[in-house]
Amino acid sequence: MGQIEWAMWANEQALASGLILITGGIVATAGQFTQWYLGAYSIAAGVLVCLLEYPRGKRTKGSTMERCGQKYLTRVVKLFGPLTRNYYIRAFLHLGLAVPAGFLLATILGTACLAIASGIYLLAAIRGEQWSPIEPKPKERPQIGGTIKQPPSNPPPRPPAEARKKPSEEAAGIPTGGPQENPMPVNDEVV
Amino acid sequence: MLILLPVCRNLLSFLRGTCSFYRSTLRKQLDHNLAFHKLVGYMICLHTAIHIIAHLFNLERYSRSRQATDGSLASILSNLPHQENYSWLNPIQSPNTTVVYVTFTSIAGLTGVIITMALVLMVTSAMEFIRRSYFEVFWYTHHIFIIYFIGLGIHGLGGIVRGQTEESMAENHPHKCAEFFEKWDDPASHCKPPQFEGLPAESWKWILAPGILYIFERILRFYRSQQKVVITKVVMHPSKVLELQMHKHGFSMEVGQYIFVNCPSISNLEWHPFTLTSAPEEDFFSIHIRAVGDWTENLIRTFEKQYSPVPRIQVDGPFGTASEDVFQYEVAVLVGAGIGVTPFASILKSIWYKFQHADQNLKTQKIYFYWICREMGAFAWFNDLLASLEQEMEELGKVGFLNYRLFLTGWDSNFAGHAALNFDKANDILTGLKQKTFFGRPKWDNEFSTIATAHPKSAVGVFLCGPQTLAKSLSKCCCQYSSLDPRKVQFYFNKENF
Repeated sequence: MGQIEWAMWANEQALASGLILITGGIVATAGQFTQWYLGAYSIAAGVLVCLLEYPRGKRTKGSTMERCGQKYLTRVVKLFGPLTRNYYIRAFLHLGLAVPAGFLLATILGTACLAIASGIYLLAAIRGEQWSPIEPKPKERPQIGGTIKQPPSNPPPRPPAEARKKPSEEAAGIPTGGPQENPMPVNDEVV
Repeated sequence: MLILLPVCRNLLSFLRGTCSFYRSTLRKQLDHNLAFHKLVGYMICLHTAIHIIAHLFNLERYSRSRQATDGSLASILSNLPHQENYSWLNPIQSPNTTVVYVTFTSIAGLTGVIITMALVLMVTSAMEFIRRSYFEVFWYTHHIFIIYFIGLGIHGLGGIVRGQTEESMAENHPHKCAEFFEKWDDPASHCKPPQFEGLPAESWKWILAPGILYIFERILRFYRSQQKVVITKVVMHPSKVLELQMHKHGFSMEVGQYIFVNCPSISNLEWHPFTLTSAPEEDFFSIHIRAVGDWTENLIRTFEKQYSPVPRIQVDGPFGTASEDVFQYEVAVLVGAGIGVTPFASILKSIWYKFQHADQNLKTQKIYFYWICREMGAFAWFNDLLASLEQEMEELGKVGFLNYRLFLTGWDSNFAGHAALNFDKANDILTGLKQKTFFGRPKWDNEFSTIATAHPKSAVGVFLCGPQTLAKSLSKCCCQYSSLDPRKVQFYFNKENF
């Protein structure tokens, strides 16, 4: 169990709790239960939790699978900086959000699950984990002309590049590049 | 309770063995047990949600009825006295009791909340991402199903859902008497006040039999694991691959099966599956273990220590559908992609033994083996197997029996350069085998047409262990290159085997 990143499981648990909060809230509000305003609060809290938890953080070891379409939310969550990066804040935020929903039966399950998620986040924070966004790697645009190297300096038949390097190590006196050496450096004229 | 049955793997093995006279397609459905388990799990979640929402509405209506003072049917029914057991309907006893209080003070409510939370924890830890990356969390958390089932059995004991008694239905049938509810107390009316009794708990009836089967399965697994496993040889291959050759009394295997392995010194509760790489004809069974996670790395490190005693290993198995169909075809085309090559180790060795002993059951005359790999490093041990097979075939003078082609799909210009440089050497520089490594993916059209022309009258069995996309292209080629004349070459694609 030593290598587990608790935050990943806490993230799944919190996302599930958010959905449960939303469902309980809809039931209470639509059924016009007593104290249904708590149901309305629960829907709002659930939506907030889901939006916050949807972008999965990056694992420290190994590759992370992104959730579908999470890059837009990642940008928003990243904006809050340390508020969302730090898991202590998340733990207490979830605990705080969970408490009011605990007074209505329809949403009490959401409260319990979110409280568990908050506990796991606290464990993650104690172990020093942090949320880091999954960023797409910038596509390296191929430099025009960058892959065109010096034209070969010896006539065919030519062994591959590694073989060409060997003779230069063995005999230091022979100029590199094989038998033919160009008198002036050759550049390609493509701009 | 269908969720317990697919995970009783010893029971499934038993069923597979007794059903040997049935068609093998039926037996192969037993291989999809985990997919079935997940589907039933999703259904449990869905129905739990429906059940909870229904009871939420139920309790809310009870609460409203208790607080209603308008003399309606609902309030009369609610006010039925609580003193005797048979008369009350509304579990909410006073207008000041909240539904939350009722939930947490009744057996049904309390067990319901507990087991639903257990269910949520089980589901979140079983998400594919968590399962693949942090298996131990999934495995240990999933054991709270014990709490789930015990709670489920207790859940209905309180009799909080009440129905009218039989005698009461005779005296006060709702169709006749529901409209005259004001007159129930009147001794002159023909409707007496209705009597209700708690409906009995029923869920234990559903979970008893599968629960007993599952307990039996766990006891059986424990008993089998206590049987002595003797490790006869330990080989450390390059690229952190450990080969364990073992011997266990009464163990018999078929090709293509797998076993579960446990090492108590690393973890008491973890059992991990490994495909068997030895042939049934050998007097030991072997597995090859690659370091991919916590448990495997710990295992390899424990075995690497030379001066400490060899750790004890427990084995359960073998499981899985055997792949005997391989031996039924005159020409066999075996395609293994990446880690899919592991069951072929067992198959190739077995074919070779059968061929040497001129086994009558072996119809195979020629094998074409395609091994497609991104990088060879992790399967260097398979190279050794192929090399030894190559050598044995030369000694017996049957060089044409096994034709293999290795395809390296993750290559770069360095590889190509070295290959071009060593073009005229007899052995391949990457693998040391006589057959040169190809780069890139195989062109199946060429391969199939070559095989079809070489064996114009045979039944060719194509076996794949690899990704789904490859399965699609192979089955397409099989259809394309099978001749219309049933006497000529026919390709049969087998993808359910693995």
